Amino acid sequence: MRQAVHIFKKEFKSYFVSPIAYIVIAIFLLVTGWFFFATFFLVGQANLRNFFSMLPVIFSFVIPAITMRLVSEELNIGSYEILLTMPVTVTDVVVGKFLAALAFVVALLIPTFAYPVTVAALGQLDWGPVVGGYTGAVLLGAAFTAVGLFASALTRNQIIAFIVAMAVCFILTLIDKMLFFLPRSLLGILTYLGADFHFQNISKGIIDSRDIVYFLSVCFLGLYAAYLALRAKY
Amino acid sequence: MIQVENLTKYYSDLCAVAQINMEIQKGEILGLLGPNGAGKTTTLRMLTGFLRPSSGSVNILNQNIEEHPLEIKKILGYLPESAPLYHDMLVYDYLNYVADIRGIEKGRKLDRIRQLADLCGINEVMHQPINELSKGYKQRVGLAHAMMNDPEILVLDEPTSGLDPNQIVEIRQIIKQIGKEKTIILSTHILSEAEATCDRVVIINRGKIVADGSTDSLKEMAGDKKFIHLTLLNADFKSVDTKLSNIEGITGVRRIAETDTQLDVCVDCRSSFDLRAAIYQEIKPTDWVVLDFHQKTQTLETIFRELTMESA
Repeated sequence: MRQAVHIFKKEFKSYFVSPIAYIVIAIFLLVTGWFFFATFFLVGQANLRNFFSMLPVIFSFVIPAITMRLVSEELNIGSYEILLTMPVTVTDVVVGKFLAALAFVVALLIPTFAYPVTVAALGQLDWGPVVGGYTGAVLLGAAFTAVGLFASALTRNQIIAFIVAMAVCFILTLIDKMLFFLPRSLLGILTYLGADFHFQNISKGIIDSRDIVYFLSVCFLGLYAAYLALRAKY
Repeated sequence: MIQVENLTKYYSDLCAVAQINMEIQKGEILGLLGPNGAGKTTTLRMLTGFLRPSSGSVNILNQNIEEHPLEIKKILGYLPESAPLYHDMLVYDYLNYVADIRGIEKGRKLDRIRQLADLCGINEVMHQPINELSKGYKQRVGLAHAMMNDPEILVLDEPTSGLDPNQIVEIRQIIKQIGKEKTIILSTHILSEAEATCDRVVIINRGKIVADGSTDSLKEMAGDKKFIHLTLLNADFKSVDTKLSNIEGITGVRRIAETDTQLDVCVDCRSSFDLRAAIYQEIKPTDWVVLDFHQKTQTLETIFRELTMESA
């Protein structure tokens, strides 16, 4: 696992060397900031429900932009060959890259702490749902990052990786809303598969093991699929 | 040190490498030669454990590469073709990262990087991003990367491709220098390079080994041949042919080029004879003017052409 730590450090640093990181952070803050505060004063309630409710949709296109280059770029320029002929395992590569992207997602969320602080200054803020919301955001981010890593491991083309990851994340977010015409029994199962459903549970401040298990399973499946995709190239 | 047994690789239906057997001794500089698409890179990729063979095995220091990949990767340095390094990193940061992955202790890291920078001549580009380097410098950074952990075995895929003649000479010197104590396997399609740097040459064609040995032994093996090249004025091919064919030891006379006045011929002889005197005696009574008269032995080039064109 020492190797995974070195890969993590290198990948995390390289986010901040390229301008992509700053562009993604700026766009994320701009979009969330606008959508949150545009209606905040009209609603007149001191909570962050509005911010958290749109997070899954925003993450569905921001996280694929973060993860798209993780493996695709290496496959494209061929540095993957160099990486794998050094004493590292595929697991080290997957874990290191995943943690780097997840750390970047956390870095993305940190500036949004300004929102609860502002809201708390304006009125009585209940901190429970805020803590729940951020926990949920990290779990959701981890799940989407794993999906994005898998998409990136499939192709050497970053644009394809982005689109595939975005499509999967979008479907996970909206699956229960898209299939309203299905029979009720089936809908129940599909709702359970939806990321949004679980995320909204947590962001209400209720930390239920079922929701945590859901996110961890998506995360594990994504990482395992990425592992298999990379193994197949060897 | 390295045993390769029945190594075979299929890409779906295409057979890239077929049943390669070889043994590489410690301290050898082995040149892998072959035309484009012969399977050189595939062979090297299997030797380094990057590709899994379809069948057959690679054993390094009596360890199978598929069973002990990490142990073997630790003693192996590899420079893939055209040095695909991370574009956006600075040279120093990159070497630092490689040192970390290679498990070089913190205290020794800087010393090791300095040593390699001196050896490979990259001191002046240490703080430049890799994508701004010229091809020659990139290749050198790649070489520094491959030598980071002072590997027992160094595998270089076309280490001099795309370099200018001065850089080629420098890289060859570096290779020779490290080759004194390390085992080096390099692939190339430049024959003079193999001749200049390698102790042993393996020629592969269409995934099969067609020749294996030192450059001298290959030349001997290729047979009993010598060529004498002649350029004559005022001669016609027919009379040259009849005159020279009488000499014992000459197996054939070939026309290379002929203009109104000038004739180029190549005389094939058995190598046990030195026929220059006999040919001179034949020419002396005629009114032909000799512009050029020299003898060539079989070169690696001709051997290579013979071995790799036959099956084509």
